[in-house]
Amino acid sequence: MKGELEKNIVKRIKVNLDKCIGCRACELACSVFHANPKYSSVNPAMSRIQVVIDPLNDEYVPIRACDYSKAGCDGRRVYTINGKEYSECSFCGTVCPTRDLFKEPDSGLPLKCDMCEDDPPQKEPLCVQVCQVGALVYEEEEEEVEEEVRPDEMEIGLKSLIDKYGLEKLADTFARMSQKV
Amino acid sequence: MRYAETGYNLEIDLSRGNIERVETDPSLTDLHLGGQGANAKILWDRVPPEVEPSSPNNLLVFSAGLLCGTPVPGVTRTSVNTFSPQTNFFSHSTMGGFFAPELKHAGYDRIVIRGKAPSLVYLWINNDKVEIRDATHLRGKGVTETAALIREELKEPKAQVAAIGLAGENRVYTSSIGHGWSSAARGPGPVMGDKRLKAIAVRGTKDINIARPAELFEMCLRLAKEIYENPNVGDVMAVNEDDSFHHDNFAWGNARVRRKGYWTKELEERWRKLKYDHMDRQTGCYNCPKKCITVISYPGRKRFGYKCYAKDTYHMAAFQELDFSYEILGIAQEYGLDSYSTPQVIAFALELYEAGILTDQDLPGMPSDVRGRFYYLMEKIVHREGIGDVLANGVYWAARQIGKGAEAYDHNTTKKLEQIPIKLGRLNPLYFLMTATGEKMATTQIEGSFPQDPLPTREEREEFVRNWEAVPNDKLKQIFLEWEKRHEMAVEASCLICDWNEMMHYVDDAIGMCGFLSSFSGQHAGRPAYHINNLPYIISLATGMDLDKDGLWEIATRNRNLVRAINVRRGLRRKDERPPEDHWRVRDHEFEQKLLDAYYEFKGWTNDGIPTKKTLDKLGLNYVSEDFLRRGILTGNEGAPSKQTSSEKGDELKSRGC
Repeated sequence: MKGELEKNIVKRIKVNLDKCIGCRACELACSVFHANPKYSSVNPAMSRIQVVIDPLNDEYVPIRACDYSKAGCDGRRVYTINGKEYSECSFCGTVCPTRDLFKEPDSGLPLKCDMCEDDPPQKEPLCVQVCQVGALVYEEEEEEVEEEVRPDEMEIGLKSLIDKYGLEKLADTFARMSQKV
Repeated sequence: MRYAETGYNLEIDLSRGNIERVETDPSLTDLHLGGQGANAKILWDRVPPEVEPSSPNNLLVFSAGLLCGTPVPGVTRTSVNTFSPQTNFFSHSTMGGFFAPELKHAGYDRIVIRGKAPSLVYLWINNDKVEIRDATHLRGKGVTETAALIREELKEPKAQVAAIGLAGENRVYTSSIGHGWSSAARGPGPVMGDKRLKAIAVRGTKDINIARPAELFEMCLRLAKEIYENPNVGDVMAVNEDDSFHHDNFAWGNARVRRKGYWTKELEERWRKLKYDHMDRQTGCYNCPKKCITVISYPGRKRFGYKCYAKDTYHMAAFQELDFSYEILGIAQEYGLDSYSTPQVIAFALELYEAGILTDQDLPGMPSDVRGRFYYLMEKIVHREGIGDVLANGVYWAARQIGKGAEAYDHNTTKKLEQIPIKLGRLNPLYFLMTATGEKMATTQIEGSFPQDPLPTREEREEFVRNWEAVPNDKLKQIFLEWEKRHEMAVEASCLICDWNEMMHYVDDAIGMCGFLSSFSGQHAGRPAYHINNLPYIISLATGMDLDKDGLWEIATRNRNLVRAINVRRGLRRKDERPPEDHWRVRDHEFEQKLLDAYYEFKGWTNDGIPTKKTLDKLGLNYVSEDFLRRGILTGNEGAPSKQTSSEKGDELKSRGC
């Protein structure tokens, strides 16, 4: 089934590692904005953006919390950029068991960046607003994407049953059950 | 609920291995704010004057400023106070970076350390879990190396670490406590070494609460932008490559030679290239948009960061060029040596050698080139080996231990502490007062609000004062309007300016504000980001305190008098309040004494520099005046009728103050 073309706003934070001064104002602002009630407290450990800093390696990488994963990666790459080594984890926003980033300190629940959704909307995410040096820059881009035909819930359920038992068995069971009714 | 502060101190006894979390009295915050103010109160209460700096009963207190950890940009300073083995007085020391906010998030406003550990240890503060851990495997490790090793063994990359290097372990008086590229100098380094405390690592993940959070946050968004765009705040030297100011005006060697006209365009270009060829980036402190720290990778050296004048001190002491500073800083900072005083100690030793007071016997195997000699002496000092054991006590004590006329070469210390190497022609009354009476014992820690130089025309001065938001009152505006010649400042005006300059530092050190945004940064263009007119409101929003300009001024005055009282109780008197003899070539001793008379009176101090009972009681420091009377430091007859005329004048001055 072919979907139709639709317009989508892609929100993007561009990160310029060379401009980061490691001040962590982004962490502070994120935690303040997402405090409950909003603005009520400060706690960078609750921030959905974290600056991975290794001053001896001159490494300053702000990363943004993405999805939760229950497993860490088995293999990890180490990148060398301009003579400096970066672990793959330094660029990864996945909330995973191998590190403490992006987990609520008390509950351990994962945190996720929501680009500071607000009503009325913020002009840009708070981390970008406070980044005076321009290491974080917000961009919105209109993108034409193929409209995804989303299967409904029942379809998803049936699909997984087919995957598990095979279409034939499912059809037999369905027929048998329909007779009983 | 406590706002901006946590309301808890961490009490550590290293002798007994005891750790306690103690709730603090909120009324002390109203009286002293936090940071250095709160530390002064603790040191007054708990360290009697007979306690030697090296005694286990001496305290070492790390305190976050009251506003550290709030959204206010640039409040990052940790005040580290103790009694210095070099001066035997209250040691004023602060460091920037990330330590103070982390400590607050861990749930503490300050760490009070007493006793001495039986062997080298470090302190690990992880929220409510606090441990004294073995550090014998870290013995001799460098400052940043120690931090990296601790983070690794704790598996806590976000832990903030303050550590001493080998210099601190060996109780070198000119050692400092290092935290990233920031450091706390002037006293606490050797005390930390004496207590056998290698490092403090802290990780905190708790909330800091704000009294009026939305208003404060909105204001801070604006402030951060203003600070970023204001060229007069932050370290101006981080971006301005013209450093003729220090090189042409400050004294080279052992604070000896002024080299007017040293700076050339050719030199500037060459040094600019050297800097940018080796610079990784510029960084700064927590939640501050300024890039004051230049990070350098130099061949064969560990990466290091420096700020401000620290890049000049070694090569100026050695009559070399910038490459020498770059070469030696990576090593010296890892050792945990203070870049202000250490080069002077080395240059002093080399002068003694030239003069034949120190001989080849004292300096066996010393290389013949000056660079080699600096490394040689640095190693001796850090290891306290041979003559290094004497030099490690700083210029003042070393001169007296060496004798044979070495005392005459100790010409740049005040209250036994190495001063910035400035040797000038004519006496400047304001700088006389600041250098003589400043108890932080460094001009940079008292100057900064009033401009350094007058503007040439009346029109320019009028324009300047028109938008002078930082000025506390019209009287100071008037002084600036009428000020024409740098060295010509009336006695009364000098008192008012000195007091304003000093008070702003006392405000900053209590709230944790960086002087580069506030107390130090008004002297060039008069446009600091923070000043006496906007800080009370900011503090109120963060803490919920009901505070106005007069209230904040009063707290700063209270803290200032308490620090003075602490030192008076340890013997500080008028006779100690003198700049280095050759600070100015042309002195006017009679006038200088007149200045001191007037300033003491203005401050409400006796003719010997002791706060009077009236002054102390007015500030609620009755317990100090009672102590003074008991000890006979005050007799109770101060402010007798013969003094009345002048003290009335003092009151008049004060009312026109703030």
